[in-house]
Amino acid sequence: MNEHQQTLWEFMQQQADKLGVQTMQHIGLTFISLFIAVLVGLPLGIYITRKKQLSGIVLGIAGILQTIPSIALLGFMIPVLGIGAKPAIVALLLYALLPIIRNTYTGITGVDASVKEAAVAMGMNKWQVLFKVELPLAMPVILAGIRTATVINVGVATLASYIAAGGLGEFIFGGISLNNTNMILAGAIPAAALAILFDFLLSRLQRLNFKKIKGAVKMAPVLLILLSGLYFIPSAYGSKLTAGFTPEFMGRQDGNLGLISKYGLKIHTIVINDAVMYKAAQEKELDVISGYSTDGRLKAYNLVVLDDDKKIFPPYYAAPIVREDALRKFPELEKTLNLLAGTITDSVMTELNYKTDYLHQTPERVAKDFLVSKKLYKPERGGHEAVVRIGSKIFGEQYILASMYTMLIKGYTNYDVATKTGLGGTKIVFDAMTNDQIDVYPEYTGTGLLAILQTPTQTVTKLQVSKDSTYNYVQAEFKKRYQIKWLKPIGFNNAYALMMREQQAKELNIKTISNLKRYLDSK
Amino acid sequence: MIKVERLIKTFGTTKAVDGISFEVNEGENMVLLGTSGCGKTTTLKMLNRLIEPDSGTIAINGKNIHDQPAELLRRGIGYVLQNNGLFPHYTVAENIAIVPNLLKWDKAKTQKRIDELLEKLHLSKDYLNTYPNELSGGQQQRIGLARALVADPPVLLMDEPFGALDNVTRSKIHAEFLALDELKRKTIIMVTHDVQEAFELADRIALMDKGKIVQIGTPADLLFKPANDFVSDFLKEQHLQLEFKIIKLIDIWEHLPDTGKKTNTSQLSAKAGIWEALETFKFSSRESLDIFDEKSKEVKGITFDQLMAAFSKYKTHKAHE
Repeated sequence: MNEHQQTLWEFMQQQADKLGVQTMQHIGLTFISLFIAVLVGLPLGIYITRKKQLSGIVLGIAGILQTIPSIALLGFMIPVLGIGAKPAIVALLLYALLPIIRNTYTGITGVDASVKEAAVAMGMNKWQVLFKVELPLAMPVILAGIRTATVINVGVATLASYIAAGGLGEFIFGGISLNNTNMILAGAIPAAALAILFDFLLSRLQRLNFKKIKGAVKMAPVLLILLSGLYFIPSAYGSKLTAGFTPEFMGRQDGNLGLISKYGLKIHTIVINDAVMYKAAQEKELDVISGYSTDGRLKAYNLVVLDDDKKIFPPYYAAPIVREDALRKFPELEKTLNLLAGTITDSVMTELNYKTDYLHQTPERVAKDFLVSKKLYKPERGGHEAVVRIGSKIFGEQYILASMYTMLIKGYTNYDVATKTGLGGTKIVFDAMTNDQIDVYPEYTGTGLLAILQTPTQTVTKLQVSKDSTYNYVQAEFKKRYQIKWLKPIGFNNAYALMMREQQAKELNIKTISNLKRYLDSK
Repeated sequence: MIKVERLIKTFGTTKAVDGISFEVNEGENMVLLGTSGCGKTTTLKMLNRLIEPDSGTIAINGKNIHDQPAELLRRGIGYVLQNNGLFPHYTVAENIAIVPNLLKWDKAKTQKRIDELLEKLHLSKDYLNTYPNELSGGQQQRIGLARALVADPPVLLMDEPFGALDNVTRSKIHAEFLALDELKRKTIIMVTHDVQEAFELADRIALMDKGKIVQIGTPADLLFKPANDFVSDFLKEQHLQLEFKIIKLIDIWEHLPDTGKKTNTSQLSAKAGIWEALETFKFSSRESLDIFDEKSKEVKGITFDQLMAAFSKYKTHKAHE
């Protein structure tokens, strides 16, 4: 199939420009936030050594900030700061605060009391005591805090790509979505290398003696500003509208690559995570986004799908896929899973997604309501004959489908069910399947065709014409290559789509992707 | 020189210093003596405002110390700490130069003064560029003293200055302390819990207990005219040794016969204490010792037995006075 398996090195050479930009953005993000964190954390740490009764509160708050999951923290930032560098920097800054405040506090309170008393008794004023005695003696501890903060920041900065702030996360998460190991490594290896490098350099600084450290500490602000400046070197080109695409969409033939090659679309694009993309579109941070045609947020945020008039998005019919040995192990399984076949249309799926994504009903409840309405629901039999392991990817639709299958299996068979939901992306869930960690999960024909099988472009073009040819092709190939069976399609087509705010699309009279291109090209 | 009146300091519910008053004359060495928790360190630290009193006044040279900024006050008062409090990130030279730098002395003046002090304190110039942790405890304490003396302050406060030293080093430093010209002109207030040290170094002792001064007076006053049972109990265990230390040869001169045997090699001044004479007997194998009274230019040769007899006669006289 693939004429030649690309090596990591070839990938990195081919993407050298992007890699350079991402690395600079990554270093920039890390150090801008670190710089601000030092500007905030150091004085705050000093302040709480003077007002000890505040130290508990301040360290407590900084500690709580530290425990907020990074993705959630980035999510909180969006309504306030929008997307891009600002929220990313603020989030990173909040993570960097705790080690800096804590170590400043511990460092200063740890200075020998008799040395401090001597300084005061010699006639130093409080600023002289701080700058000549406390800070120099606490410096090794403070530097250790800055070192910890730097390493945390290099790590968390990979998540900045979720909210369109760039960095090496673009490759990492793009790679996970696209099942492209080279792409993951091209992001992960430099990120790890940066963490190790900065950790090493700061450890050297920490070990300097008092004399040399004085000079080094004076140079630090200059160095921090220089490193921070790296972020701004790769300047983006402007256009009338701004697009936000997921890392997965960016790297796919049936995504941004196709938009460029088939439509000739040139739009200012930023890379952003699916979870925040819709909200950013609604809040007018973004004008065009890549999404899924059955996404519930389409309805919730008043977005419209642009017609794919040149047919670059292949059909994405959903169907459960099962390992063949699992089908042998659970003879009842295929029949049970196929109960759902053909029952959910595009509009039904959009409605179900709307209920979970926007009305915040639990996937279980949405699944049960649907099954009841279709008279498919049966109460649990409570069987323990064997355990079927169901997986899902990390978005609402997959949770709903996984819940439905769970209820059907428990209601119609004597099997028990273990669910492993929320598996990051296609690569993660598919690897779990081939490594016998799960037995069944819902997959999409287009994903199977492009992300998993990596089918060459010519073949894809031929198959794209009809939904059945794609389904038949992936079914045959999966059986041959992975001994995995595609069961009957569920009915809906969750294809990729470009979307805009309904109102803006109307104003600009854009209905198709070709319309969009014409608008962008006009002066 | 220093006048302390009705000083009170309370920490929580405990009265650390409970209304004490005393005066220290110029050039005097006043020792605040007492067990831990008696309020002596608190009293000392109120003199340079490391601790602010609740009430009471302190005047140095007739000037209330609260009428000037604390930093300026402190630059004019030397301070020596028990754990020396040297800055670990400063070299010895930088440590000594702290106060001159605060006073904005020029470099040459500071350097000259440091050289002068090092010589007086018998410290090699090689130490100047080393860091405190490379020095022995005794050397660190000498640097601490140099740092306190560098700006030649008229008043020196010492908080258990020799407390962290071993016995041998301590008695060596005591001797240096008494011999140092630099210190003879200073008004010194020293805190210690060591009775021997107090009796060796003090002109006057203020014995404190529970935040109050129980008795203030010369070592001899405390020893021979204790104000109450507390004072006599406090000194009881070391009474004889303390007597040997504070009774000078000149005090018992009249009770000392002259054996006529003169060695003419070494003479002990009559200003020395009996303790010193006893030690001289101990360390030399000679039977008699020459003692010399500077005033009358009289020299006596005495034996150990004669010395003891004279001491005993002096004590009997003293008791009948």
